[in-house]
Amino acid sequence: MSTRATNILVPVISVILGLIVGAIIMLISGYNPIDGYAALWNGIFGDLYTIGETIRQITPYLLAGLAVAFAFRSGLFNIGVEGQLIVGWFAAAYVGVAVELPMIIHLPLAILAAAAAGALWGFVPGLLKAKFHVHEVIVTIMMNYIALHTTNALIKTVSGGGDRTESIFASASLRSEFLENLTEFSRLHYGIIIALVMVGVMWFILEKTTLGFELKAVGFNHNASQYAGMNVNKNIILAMVISGAFAGLGGAMEALGTFEYVSSKAGFTGIGFDGIAVALLGMNTPLGVIFGATLFGSLKYGALNMPNAAGIPLEIVEIVIAVIIFFVASGYIIRLFLLRAAKKKEAK
Amino acid sequence: MSFLEVLYFIVPSAIFYAAPLILVAIGGVFSERSGVINIGLEGLMVIGAFVGILFNLLFADTFGDATPWLALIAAMVAALLLSLVHAVASISFRADQTVSGVAINLLAIALSLYLVKKIFGKGQTDFITERFTRYDFPVLSDIPFIGPMFFTKIYNTSFLAILIAIIAWFIIYKTPFGLRLRSVGEHPMAADTMGINVNRMRYIAVMISGALAGIGGAIYAQTISGDFGHATINGQGFMALAAMIFGKWHPLGAMGAALFFGLAQALSIASSSIPIIQDIPNVFLLILPYVLTILALAGFIGRANAPKANGIPYIKGQR
Repeated sequence: MSTRATNILVPVISVILGLIVGAIIMLISGYNPIDGYAALWNGIFGDLYTIGETIRQITPYLLAGLAVAFAFRSGLFNIGVEGQLIVGWFAAAYVGVAVELPMIIHLPLAILAAAAAGALWGFVPGLLKAKFHVHEVIVTIMMNYIALHTTNALIKTVSGGGDRTESIFASASLRSEFLENLTEFSRLHYGIIIALVMVGVMWFILEKTTLGFELKAVGFNHNASQYAGMNVNKNIILAMVISGAFAGLGGAMEALGTFEYVSSKAGFTGIGFDGIAVALLGMNTPLGVIFGATLFGSLKYGALNMPNAAGIPLEIVEIVIAVIIFFVASGYIIRLFLLRAAKKKEAK
Repeated sequence: MSFLEVLYFIVPSAIFYAAPLILVAIGGVFSERSGVINIGLEGLMVIGAFVGILFNLLFADTFGDATPWLALIAAMVAALLLSLVHAVASISFRADQTVSGVAINLLAIALSLYLVKKIFGKGQTDFITERFTRYDFPVLSDIPFIGPMFFTKIYNTSFLAILIAIIAWFIIYKTPFGLRLRSVGEHPMAADTMGINVNRMRYIAVMISGALAGIGGAIYAQTISGDFGHATINGQGFMALAAMIFGKWHPLGAMGAALFFGLAQALSIASSSIPIIQDIPNVFLLILPYVLTILALAGFIGRANAPKANGIPYIKGQR
């Protein structure tokens, strides 16, 4: 079996195993898995409204997935997408509330602010990794909590002691009457176009520019890149900055499209952590991220229908997602199994 | 409030908040000293908290006063079993240990909330009736200064945490088992050549980390929160991870760091009633542990070096 085929088979098998484990858990706890998955299916594709909402849910997952995948390709594990997304969310909402400008300036400004905030949050671990060789995983985890508490404090200041900001001005909004009418008034907004363009941007950077070539080279072997005359430190920082900018844009989708405000949070949104799942499932390629984001975004939104339609707690879908991550990460054992199966076939 | 009163108030509550952190951080020390990164501490703590509360609610009538202690054992077993999933993935299946840890965190919170909704029909459990109780330590609490600070209104669980930290130090630095554990985390191939079973050592270490994280979670739930819901643990496991790093992967260092982070938490909650601190915005106290950890890693507060083979699966015969 070719490596390409196994590379695609590993995620597919993982998804199937995840769904099987979910079914078994539903069976053991006395629910009917067929009802459960039917409710999930209807929650995703039930009518035009749910389809619109599903696509809306996929939008930030695309960007979070891109952020994780981009860092992975440069050999960095950005577990801080969650924090970068939160600061991006706040920055976009703040620009949306603070000033009123013509849309042609206001909207891009708000989006750029989100990207810049995310990039800044990615810059810190990048710099520490490049200059002090500090492992980025720990720093980004810590940065997540700093982001959470700092934005909560800022929201309190901006709103004069409240829990959420005002709604943003219409000139900074991504809302789209056209898309809303198309999908029976779901909250689907133009963000999906931005997200898909960003998928193209990531592909372009990685495949068509010198920067992308260097980033991938550093990811494969930073010693070799150093000897080849590349500036490894610069590339590490750049990779984290771009990754953070993607994550910040994910926050802008929530700030300017879905919610049109930012509220203080008791805990994380979870989008950033699911971004890890998206990237892994998509094997860190731009096209793969589209598949991963579509799957996890759909599962996440469809799950909301499960308690009503089948009486099953929606956490079952989180369990399925966790199991999928587990199996994708353990790809070695699935590959081994596939290899043995292929050998047996040849022996016959 | 006079300065002494503030001290008598803040030191016990710092120890109170630190106890679960100490245990979980020590668990992290065992796992990472053997070369297995354990981001899943948060998830293991969640399972510990959930099982602890569940056991307490189900058996409070049967066991009475002993319930919280038995709940610790139940939580320990549950978290140990979950940690085996991480061990299998990261040791036998050679998975990326950080990713496997992330999966453990997602799985733990999802599984326990799923069961909470299934069993209780709502988003969080009822409040427990049998809690750990505070008491004044006999004789020692009468000592001036030290008595009111360390021995009045204390929990036995705090003593347990400090005791386990000292035992962990003894095991890791003074026993053959500890030497093997550290060697497996620094240079597994050399250890293997000397006849140490690398993977077995790592399995044991991850299981110890699971057990301690489970106890830590159950202590947190049964002393601080009193029930279990989605926000019960909310980052305590990651703070323990931070304490482990700030303590430079040393059991006593981790204990010291956990006590310090406990102080920061106690201050952030009680700051409004303390004269000097009430002017500092709360957010600075909330982010203090995380900022300090980053600074420690960057070498501004002494160099923090991870065990050499941390995060690398051991594959026999590979250079």
